[in-house]
Amino acid sequence: MNAPRITTVHTGKQETPTVKTLTFKDPSPIVPGQFYMIWIPGVDEIPMSVSYISESIKAITFRRIGDATEALFNLRKGDAIGLRGPYGNGFALKGRRPLFIAGGTGAAMLAPAIELIQRKKRTATVILGAKTKGDLFFERRLSRAGARVLVTTDDGSKGYHGFASDLAKDLLKNASYDAMYTCGPEPMMKTLLAFSGQRVFEASLERYMKCAIGLCGQCCIGEGVRVCADGPIFNGKTLKTIPDFGRFKRDASGGKISFSQAP
Amino acid sequence: MAPIKHTDLYPTNQYRLRPMPDLKTILGPLTLKNPTILASGIMDEDAGSMHRMITSGAGAIVTKSIGLDPRPGYPNPTIVETPCGLLNAMGLPNPGITDFTHELDLLRNAPVPIIGSIYGKDPEEFSTLARHMERHHVAAVELNVSCPHAKHYGMEVGMDPQILSNITAAVTHTVHIPVYVKLSPNVTDIVILAQAAADAHADAIVAINTLKGMSIDLDVRRPILANRTGGYSGPAIKPIGVRCVYDISQHVSIPVIGVGGITTGADVLEYLMAGASAVQIGTAVYLRGPTVFSHITQEITDWLTTHHVARLSDLIGAAHP
Repeated sequence: MNAPRITTVHTGKQETPTVKTLTFKDPSPIVPGQFYMIWIPGVDEIPMSVSYISESIKAITFRRIGDATEALFNLRKGDAIGLRGPYGNGFALKGRRPLFIAGGTGAAMLAPAIELIQRKKRTATVILGAKTKGDLFFERRLSRAGARVLVTTDDGSKGYHGFASDLAKDLLKNASYDAMYTCGPEPMMKTLLAFSGQRVFEASLERYMKCAIGLCGQCCIGEGVRVCADGPIFNGKTLKTIPDFGRFKRDASGGKISFSQAP
Repeated sequence: MAPIKHTDLYPTNQYRLRPMPDLKTILGPLTLKNPTILASGIMDEDAGSMHRMITSGAGAIVTKSIGLDPRPGYPNPTIVETPCGLLNAMGLPNPGITDFTHELDLLRNAPVPIIGSIYGKDPEEFSTLARHMERHHVAAVELNVSCPHAKHYGMEVGMDPQILSNITAAVTHTVHIPVYVKLSPNVTDIVILAQAAADAHADAIVAINTLKGMSIDLDVRRPILANRTGGYSGPAIKPIGVRCVYDISQHVSIPVIGVGGITTGADVLEYLMAGASAVQIGTAVYLRGPTVFSHITQEITDWLTTHHVARLSDLIGAAHP
């Protein structure tokens, strides 16, 4: 039933000064790319992709950017949160030689997909893009899982100096990657889609959500494509038919906000 | 002796497929290809979503309820499921009439009628909104005087027959398109309100909106919805909707559009027999997916075929003495 079930925060781990991982007990089966609606009683309920998956423990990893994430950031072990879901479709993860491109907190939801690829004895190449060195997280976790991790920073404070999409463009020239998986700022993902050619391409989209069960229409893109129920993972073929992709999202009132104006 | 003709052995009328039953229904000047209308608030905040619902077979579309200014609605949780239905308190989120007219313009050539739902706090606001809707080609307007969870709006202006009458009269005097009035069941006597709307020249009554309710989480000991109360919908409220439609259609001469818990073709037939000329479908989009309209239409067709009913409209009010 689509009502919150209460669980408690199991551990909280600060990844960077602004990014935190909360683990909690939840036995629901979930695949990488799916998300929960996380209820912080008295504050808000927000969609959060799963960032760690084991049989009994799941996690979310997020940056403090608003009232809800600020409240989540301040939760301690034993505090109550509500869970709805898991919702959405998750990654299909086809392809033998996948390239993962994470921009900012996109690394959070790509991490369990990368770990799944490694467990299937395929080798993932991962580009972790961040504004600056101090914003990077999950580099060690993904290296330890066996992935080849490449770091980019906008300011050159660590790794490749430039955008994640710039490094991806270089890598795609000489290597035989047959699949691309990405989560990050939508204009970045749109740029990557243009580089994808015939490769498998999957991107995780983020929209303001309300019901999360495919009913209210708040998160719709294109011709009524529901990010909550038909996504949040979309393949390249679908994304090419959606004019909204990389251009605008809609706020809580349904008003359109261009990504070029978005903060 | 005349030679035996082929047609004597095989009379054609016996073997010919029976014609498809006629699902058309008439609402004043509007003819719907089938009686299923997308209810307000579901997949109808932008042209793309409404287009998907048209493609999936809806006979008409009601838009999200639109006000003068953009409104974000309530914080989440805005929806919670209970064992017998959904409880929601969206809080009338909408981009405001100016932005929304761009969406309506994209639907200008829609193959089914688009009905513009509007909400306001007084007759002037409703009239202004109705005029905008009319200018942007909607086939009718629906007055939301029944949302159970928006302060100063919805039910708060739709429970008093005099206020309801003033709003309805103001809008019917302002626009030339049909004006539908969507009523709340959260009242002592819905028939009095239906009569007030009809006397103020409403073109149809839409009944019912959701029932006001609450759901509390035992672990955290607080209401789940951020707004605490919300509107209850789904199969559990169908008998209430059917009763309201039955009572209203006995007392007003304008068409009634039935809403509340409709999930199957049988549910539609029940509402029609109670006196509805068409129906609206909302929660079933969640229960059966966006293709619910074509499923329900097929179920109606199958029932009519099995029961040798040629025209769906022949069943309207069949349950009345």
